[in-house]
Amino acid sequence: MRAFLLPHRIVMILIALGIVLWCAFSMRWDWIPKYTDLALLGLWRTIWILVVTTILGFLLAIPLGLAQAIGPWYLATPARVFCTVIRGTPLLLQIWLLYYGLGSLFPQFPWIRSSELWPYLRQAWPYAVLALTLSYAGYEGEVMRGAFSSVAKGQVEAAKAFGMPRFTLFRRIWLPQAIQSALPTLAGETILQLKATPLVASITIIEIYAVASRVRQDTFIVYEPLLLLAVIYMAIAGLITLMFRWLERRVPTKGV
Amino acid sequence: MGGLVEALGLTSTFELLALSPPGWGGNLLRGLANSLQIAFGAFGFGLLIGLFGAYGKLYGGPILRDLLAIYTTVVRAVPELVLILILYYVGTDLINKLVMGFGGERVEISGVVAGIWVLGVVQGAYATEILRGAILAVPPGQIEAARAFGMPPLMLMRRVTIPAMMSFAIPGLANLWLIATKDTALLAIVGFNELTLETKQAASSTRAYFTFFLAAGGLYLTVTLLSGRVFKRVEAWARKGQPSLRQAKS
Repeated sequence: MRAFLLPHRIVMILIALGIVLWCAFSMRWDWIPKYTDLALLGLWRTIWILVVTTILGFLLAIPLGLAQAIGPWYLATPARVFCTVIRGTPLLLQIWLLYYGLGSLFPQFPWIRSSELWPYLRQAWPYAVLALTLSYAGYEGEVMRGAFSSVAKGQVEAAKAFGMPRFTLFRRIWLPQAIQSALPTLAGETILQLKATPLVASITIIEIYAVASRVRQDTFIVYEPLLLLAVIYMAIAGLITLMFRWLERRVPTKGV
Repeated sequence: MGGLVEALGLTSTFELLALSPPGWGGNLLRGLANSLQIAFGAFGFGLLIGLFGAYGKLYGGPILRDLLAIYTTVVRAVPELVLILILYYVGTDLINKLVMGFGGERVEISGVVAGIWVLGVVQGAYATEILRGAILAVPPGQIEAARAFGMPPLMLMRRVTIPAMMSFAIPGLANLWLIATKDTALLAIVGFNELTLETKQAASSTRAYFTFFLAAGGLYLTVTLLSGRVFKRVEAWARKGQPSLRQAKS
């Protein structure tokens, strides 16, 4: 703590406090009470989308990475093509392709319109979740490929020598070590995923970014909602970093 | 199968993608040109910021170093979309204040300039970190030797640091360039006519969503794959004279 609080830093912190106080008193914040409920709902949606797509995307990334690392060519090639396509095109284009493309295709089939899924398919969030999940899986599949290939060969061979069945070997030896070596990258990718969530506002989902846009359109106040939004995203990114640091510390590392 | 082809709108695909006005191919290519122009500009501007940022972080005073740390942390934690809006409004406000201060009229800022400014600031934060790492990877003896010869700092940067760090920086910079091309799509949300927005306009006026979005995806993918080729060649050029890692390993 003493190393952090050098004299010039104390001055900088004081200046920062001054700027915050100036912002608090001379900018307009009177719109906040009116939009609190909507903002909380938006924040909840942002976090919900982030958590769901990260978990689903990670589950999808494991087979993708495994197929690329050790799979036969008829599994490895499609997996590699999928990752290249996802990583080579903008996420916004993917979201719009799924939402407008599939959304205009589905109503043409009567059996889809009469199915029980139709009430969900008419809303925007299934497309948002699908697009963000595929995107996370595409980026993460590449990471997991490296992680799977980097597990020490001796570990897998030792497990095989014990006569461990293949699935147990994967569950107990291979996957945990791959995840452990991928954790720091996963933290970065999850923050990238957080930064991708505001894109779903463009397909009519009211999450926290869309709430800020609405405040701007309703009240013509430009900077205040955007600054508050930036602070909120920084707070969530900080939380993600702390969470991954806690996870990393829980995983025992090799004594060096 | 025929019904599926018809439903996907593939029968008239070629008419829709034709380059002359009844088709929308020309619009897509114009959008692609706009996207690439902004990507090039933003990448170059970002490299410039990154070079100064990396030098500031490595050799600057404590205050400069802390300020740069705040810059890179904030830019990497806040979504690009939010930064684009903030920087866009700040940029236009500042320029208008400046112009009006000199007694001029209110000006509209062109989309290309705004896009380059906004994405360049975002790219600069990432470039700072990449170049800082690359400079640190240069054996310090080389820089010390140049200093011992009494080489002035700028010449040292031009003749020793930059050529020596290139091979370490190129993979990161290649990644950054791909991010730049894809981030131009975000400018569609603020209403700039680049490839993604052109595509959406074409798609919604012809209702052939799949055709146009897949065509645009193909264009983006082509750019990505071609850049991969180019960067591989640039990397080989930057590495010339260095032993290949692959040979060293075996």
